Amino acid sequence: MGGGTEEVRLPDTGAVVRLTPEHKLIIGLIEEGARVMDLGCGEGDLLLALKVLKKVRAEGIELSDACVQACVAKGLFSVHHGDLDEGLADYPAKSIDYVISTNTIQVLHRPMILIREMARVGKRCIVSFPNFAHWLVRLQLFLKGRMPKTEKLPHEWYETLNIHLTTIVDFRDFCRKAGLKILRDIPLRTSSSGACTEVRFLPNLRADTAIFILAEAKLPAD
Amino acid sequence: MQEAGSVGIVETKYLTFAEPPNEMVLECGRPLGPITLAYETYGELNQAKDNAILIVHALSGDAHAAGYHHPGDKQPGWWDIMIGPGKAFDTRKYFVICCNVIGGCQGSTGPSSINPQTGRPYGLSFPIVTVRDWVNTQKVLIDHLGIEQLLCVAGGSSGGMQVLQWVVSYPDRVRLAIPIATTSKLSAQAIAFNEVGRQAIQSDPNWREGDYYGKMVPRRGLAIARMIGHITYLSERSMHQKFGRKLQDKTVYGYNFLTDFQVESYLRYKGDHFVKRFDANSYLYITKAMDYFDLTQAYGSLEEAFAGVQAKFLVISFSSDWLFPTYQSKEIVSALRRVDAYVIFTEIQTDYGHDAFLLESEQLSSLITNFLSHGWNQKA
Repeated sequence: MGGGTEEVRLPDTGAVVRLTPEHKLIIGLIEEGARVMDLGCGEGDLLLALKVLKKVRAEGIELSDACVQACVAKGLFSVHHGDLDEGLADYPAKSIDYVISTNTIQVLHRPMILIREMARVGKRCIVSFPNFAHWLVRLQLFLKGRMPKTEKLPHEWYETLNIHLTTIVDFRDFCRKAGLKILRDIPLRTSSSGACTEVRFLPNLRADTAIFILAEAKLPAD
Repeated sequence: MQEAGSVGIVETKYLTFAEPPNEMVLECGRPLGPITLAYETYGELNQAKDNAILIVHALSGDAHAAGYHHPGDKQPGWWDIMIGPGKAFDTRKYFVICCNVIGGCQGSTGPSSINPQTGRPYGLSFPIVTVRDWVNTQKVLIDHLGIEQLLCVAGGSSGGMQVLQWVVSYPDRVRLAIPIATTSKLSAQAIAFNEVGRQAIQSDPNWREGDYYGKMVPRRGLAIARMIGHITYLSERSMHQKFGRKLQDKTVYGYNFLTDFQVESYLRYKGDHFVKRFDANSYLYITKAMDYFDLTQAYGSLEEAFAGVQAKFLVISFSSDWLFPTYQSKEIVSALRRVDAYVIFTEIQTDYGHDAFLLESEQLSSLITNFLSHGWNQKA
């Protein structure tokens, strides 16, 4: 998950969830009562936070059975143990207000298929990923000639699950090819203290993470 | 972790209803009455009567799900690992009910019961029963206990079929549903194994068209049926781990047809043991009820079947279960998601095959514990 993860005590229930700065930003983007699906929802921290703070109807899909267990322990009632590479065939078009995928798209075998599925099922998609064009990543490759390791990319090349890393610029192309409209992009820079700020100047160089809000480019007939 | 205990000494109770001329008409169109249900309860029904959990049993199960029948009883109920104070179905919080299915042989009306019209055991004159009939009779018991809505219905294998039938037949009477290692329609392979078991019973000369009560029982046939069943409940890997090619009480092959391998000895033991407690005709009736179960056929499609469900679901499958494989649970989950139901699905990684739902499992008990307690709290 990288730096900046913080334990947050939720109101009413008193449950404690672990949220990244991206998570906090995403919570701010979602309106009360929305229907939300988190792809690769992990232990359900973001979903529980959204459920408590925004009264959303929360759904999660997760590959790890241990994570599904943790979601059930948190009191989430729609959690599917499954492989995102299998798609979202069970969900009708535009049945979810926000389909979220944080720090997950780069581990999928077929990101193009999933992003199209996300846009089909969701009225809006929120995707976050580590930016491989961040200057620290570039420097390690350029100066040391080594595979980059950073806060956002903490694993050795032979241990990482990331098989489809991308950059902000490449992701824009990818969205265009997938037939998606970029409603908003939020390039983010994480400081050493874990604080997260939006980067407007030279984002592809200076942002370590990006959040994109997407929708299907052409709305289906009627 | 809470300290888990036993429900202690329990007693089987009986409810009789559908006395003639008010027989219950079964799905096959034939009337049955009077009907007796054997049932047990553990824990206390609260004032609001909203803490009741119905446990539904599989093929060879019965009403005795937890605890012991008398001091010195060595064999606890069939799901004792899951039911009791501090266990997944926590009897300090919940009121747990389990009843024997009709067509069975453990106290509920079945082919070995006396037909009041003839004064003799029904045998094959007992009408064919279905999963829906089982659920309809269970509903009479729930009404009798004054329970408006069950907190939960839970069961594995053909118990899971009953869970699904409950939410379909009585959607407003179930808040939480836990179908485990089950299917919405029995597969050709599972029907095939059931049929081999039935053929084993029916080809035993002692079976006599089911009219063997008071005479020699078809023990060979029933034992073979059980042996076949047991193979399907395990996985290749678990059999390998448990027995391998180990020999039974010998170090060299016998070069004869007596028992050489441990796995043979195990199956024979299981078969012989089963004959002591189970009726061959009940085996025929119960497996037939499983064969007929098909929600798709009965309601047009699985989505149609689940259209009105209100319960929240916890659907669990086991990775090495080849009798009720994971894809069959996924079909259920898929249809439930299409009708917008709340559903948790998980496949538990295990080598124990179909039998895994009856075995000690930290994962299974923690899933059930958490699902129940959050479901329970949500109402409060």
